[in-house]
Amino acid sequence: MSGHEQFAEDLALYALGTLEGAERTNLERHLTTCAACKLELEQLRGDSALLALSVSGPKPPQRARQRLLDAVAKEPRVPKVVTSAPRRSWWGFLGWAATAAVVVFAISLWKENAALQQTLASTNQQTTQSSRELEDLRRIAAPILEPEAQRVTLVSVKTSPQPQGKAFYLRNRNSLVFLANNMPALPSQKAYELWLIPTSGAPIPAGVFKPDAHGSATVVNPLLPAGTEAKAFAITIENEAGASTPTMPIVMMGAGE
Amino acid sequence: MVTGLKSGDQSAMAELYDRYSSIVYSVALRVLGDTGAAEDVLQEIFLQLWRNPGAFDAARGSLGAWLAVIARNRAIDSLRRRKPETDLEDVVISVAPDLAGEAERHRAAEKIRGVMGAMPAAQRSAIEMAYFEGLSHSEIAAKTGEPLGTIKTRIRTALMTLRKAFGS
Repeated sequence: MSGHEQFAEDLALYALGTLEGAERTNLERHLTTCAACKLELEQLRGDSALLALSVSGPKPPQRARQRLLDAVAKEPRVPKVVTSAPRRSWWGFLGWAATAAVVVFAISLWKENAALQQTLASTNQQTTQSSRELEDLRRIAAPILEPEAQRVTLVSVKTSPQPQGKAFYLRNRNSLVFLANNMPALPSQKAYELWLIPTSGAPIPAGVFKPDAHGSATVVNPLLPAGTEAKAFAITIENEAGASTPTMPIVMMGAGE
Repeated sequence: MVTGLKSGDQSAMAELYDRYSSIVYSVALRVLGDTGAAEDVLQEIFLQLWRNPGAFDAARGSLGAWLAVIARNRAIDSLRRRKPETDLEDVVISVAPDLAGEAERHRAAEKIRGVMGAMPAAQRSAIEMAYFEGLSHSEIAAKTGEPLGTIKTRIRTALMTLRKAFGS
């Protein structure tokens, strides 16, 4: 929770379900991007559960038991299969709209691709096109979905307004997806440039990007030398066209998690 | 028992009810103060669990704690005459004692009540109003005449005290 103390008390109220108005809206927005506060929220919900467990009172009347069992007997139940990802997994904490968008897009297109292959099996040209799309999407989504992907969080040296970047790099597939949020706006002629810092040698340009109006940005599969092992990732501010060597200072940097 | 529910075993439902109906009913009654309304909450929760046993995920906490929290949430919704705001699947209890048996539940409840009893009266009152009456911090502030910030701090401090007492 370091650096998030302004939300500490609101989180407690939110855990109890009693936070309202703009404070609730602001906190919910923050929770979409902050894994630390989401974790703290779960802890606070656990803490508040103790309050419920402190209660003891009379047993329910016997008729309540019979009422329930009668209702159960009358109700033909269709078992509902609920599959849920582990709540504490890294994936569950992501909560990044951009990540969700990429994955949802990939899944929908995978499905679309499957349907396409069925109905247009006789059309070789379309099948080929579909396969190409599938392969492209696999390449895009692989660094996010594959467990062996290297995950790197880049954090600003300055704490406010807490720009964050997350790089997903799969060396053996030469794939990199980078997601950023809360990035400060830049002068019109400037852009951010992402750098892959290899274990040896000079930093490698890994994409130039400009954040949108909300400070969010995405870099997907920039051109990188094959099989480069990354020691870290960094961001500098460069001219819009990008640079071949980073211009100091480095504004964000992160090594593998 | 939850596995039994998943296969449609009605005796598993009866066993689960016998084990946990007391805590669910007690919590609902504590919030609503009305036996009929508490019975309705009890019925609703167990029927929902029968219809959707997969909603409970053991990785999310003990079944007893999970049901207790759902009872509180549903009772607050009923008290404030609003539609249920929380799906069963969304309730996560990441830290809570495992309360499989009556004796364990009794011991845990005693300990929690001891911690609550040791809190300053204003702090205990603030957290109880928020939790068992579902009041917002502004409603509590209006009721007690205390500043909003003070109420917020008291509620968080109370939760931290509970966390510390249970070593989580």
